[in-house]
Amino acid sequence: MKISASMTADFGDLWHNLADLTVSGLTQGSIYALIALGYTLVYGVLQLINFAHSEVFLVGTYSSIILWGWFGFSSGAGAVPALGTVIVMLLLGTLMASAVSGGTALLIERIAYRPLRRKNAPRLIFLITAIGASVAISELVGVLTERKPWGVPALVRPSVQWHIDPRDIGLDIQPVDITNLQIGIVLVTIVMWYALDTFLNKTKFGLGIRSVAQDEDTAALMGVNKDRVIMLTFLLGGLAAGVAAVLYNLKIGTITFNIGFLLGIKAFTAAVLGGIGNLRGALLGGLALGLVENWGAGMFGNSWMNVVAFVVLVIVLMFRPTGLLGESLGRARA
Amino acid sequence: MRRTLVRTLTGVAVAAVLIGTAACAPSDKSGDNDAASGTCTYKIAMMGPITGDNAGLGKPILQAVQLAVEQHKAKNADKCVELVQSDDKGTEDAAPGLAQQLVADQKVLGVVGPAFSGPTSASGDIFQAGNLPIISASATRPDLADRGWTVFHRTLGNDASQGPAVAKFIKDSLKATKVFVIDDKSDYGTGLAEQATAGLGSAVIGSESIQQKQTDFSAVVAKVKTAAPDAIFFAGYYAEGGPLAAQLKSAGVDAQFIGPDGIKDQGFITGAADAAEGSIITCPCIPAEKATGTFAADYKAKFGEEAGTYAAEAFDAANVFLAGVTSGVTDRAKMLEFITAYDQPGVSKHIKFDDKGEIDKSVIVIWTYDVKGGAIVAREPIQ
Repeated sequence: MKISASMTADFGDLWHNLADLTVSGLTQGSIYALIALGYTLVYGVLQLINFAHSEVFLVGTYSSIILWGWFGFSSGAGAVPALGTVIVMLLLGTLMASAVSGGTALLIERIAYRPLRRKNAPRLIFLITAIGASVAISELVGVLTERKPWGVPALVRPSVQWHIDPRDIGLDIQPVDITNLQIGIVLVTIVMWYALDTFLNKTKFGLGIRSVAQDEDTAALMGVNKDRVIMLTFLLGGLAAGVAAVLYNLKIGTITFNIGFLLGIKAFTAAVLGGIGNLRGALLGGLALGLVENWGAGMFGNSWMNVVAFVVLVIVLMFRPTGLLGESLGRARA
Repeated sequence: MRRTLVRTLTGVAVAAVLIGTAACAPSDKSGDNDAASGTCTYKIAMMGPITGDNAGLGKPILQAVQLAVEQHKAKNADKCVELVQSDDKGTEDAAPGLAQQLVADQKVLGVVGPAFSGPTSASGDIFQAGNLPIISASATRPDLADRGWTVFHRTLGNDASQGPAVAKFIKDSLKATKVFVIDDKSDYGTGLAEQATAGLGSAVIGSESIQQKQTDFSAVVAKVKTAAPDAIFFAGYYAEGGPLAAQLKSAGVDAQFIGPDGIKDQGFITGAADAAEGSIITCPCIPAEKATGTFAADYKAKFGEEAGTYAAEAFDAANVFLAGVTSGVTDRAKMLEFITAYDQPGVSKHIKFDDKGEIDKSVIVIWTYDVKGGAIVAREPIQ
């Protein structure tokens, strides 16, 4: 067995591509952030790492493609439809993905976690069930799709909106073209995060979630329906995952049954990086992880991308064990 | 008391999960769909990605071997051979275990495969130790023939032919002067990329590696965009090749995309959507319509689809084993002798193995294919 690895820190490469890598890092990071919202919410309320959340995301990707197929849009169809049609399709696709993802999340909660909660099962059992649910769903999807990749219809044709040339201000950095898709992904993520944040902080339901996160027994004594709150938490995470699913579809263009696993791990890492149980942390962690990954890939080469990402995670946690933003859902404002 | 019970059950459950995950990969389905199972004295095996990310490349091989076994049974009912399917999913993890199982089953006289270079590399020693002859229809990594395995053979040209041919094609036919080479760090990809880079010489302006199962290639795309090549050569499989081509196109990189036999599958077109259009694929595999005899028609009649990548080569490989059984071979040692002496025309080329198990260079042809209109269409072979 031969072990060959070459690691050369190429600052020049990183610097030259800095603008491009930053833009793609923010875009990728946004998708991580949206999925991380699901992990962080459920952890904040239940202290449970919902490993099945990656499959909640996965079913969202498939369901949006199925919906677009109903309207006659399939991959490789060629011409991009008119703007109005595209907007309608995207909205419908997002609704479908969010509905299916949210529904799946609720289903998992009902079937996998609630019986365990009733029996006060130890934490480890929840973890095993979560992993089991994750594998079961992804394998089921694999069987149903014969493990073949599915292509995404070309609904959004990337068109350059912004051309930024840092050379104009004297920096030796390659120019970057920012496309409508990239701007869209980052904007949608921020809007979604803001909506969730507002929901948690300004509405009665949000208050219920925060109170259960803080102390579930006292919350129950205060008249909060714990089961409903938990269902709502899963639903919210599922909705965010559904939106992430559509964005992922548009960005990557092809899906298979096993994309959930690595994405889920990275999103969970992002949530931990930002501070698990903290919504702002999920957003920050996601964006940070995306940037670190891409800069690392630019500096050390693509093969080192994942290594760099996780090494950074370990280093951050060494100095700040509660993550970058630290606070949790229950203790302070999310 | 109850807590102890819960803890014990937890321990058992955890152990079961761990054991289950560790043992879950290898699947060894025996029994041919059309042969009466259990009545045949001997077996041959097909080892390759029957499931997994790159299963599209294993299917034509499996089906071609099934066709060969069925045709053999029709003519030699008394010496019928049963087909064993070994699913290595195209990766090295399950290959050694599957190889052990095949070696242990003394009825197995030969293996068509492993299909991919990685599993071949990982299991070759085991086949050698069990003296079980293998003929791969698709593993192209050149140094597989240099590992000293007397049991190893292949019915196609390796990447020491494909690599230079690709380089020649890119420089002479496409007239590209700036080439970016991307490999996927697999045994197959790195071997081929090395060969192609050596042939391209100074035309290579940059190289990068991706990982298998990677879906987001933004960092690589950024590097390619900066380098601004005329042509991009991707040495890898279609599971990554498709999304990579798609992301290159949507980033505005308009270089000619060229890939090898690893992307020659409908899965590349699905994965790349309209970015696949206009890509060029090279392959040591013969187009179905150019195979001699009635192979293409028989394949289509039995499976309802055109013969895919390496089907003809697999058909030839299977027929070498089957001819051995017909001529009275009853054990592996005699099978190995039979293969060494074999000198017959096959449907893809004339089959005769040299002392390293390779096909003579003079009959090796590297074909090129266009992706046109959502299908892979043959064009001229590289001279």
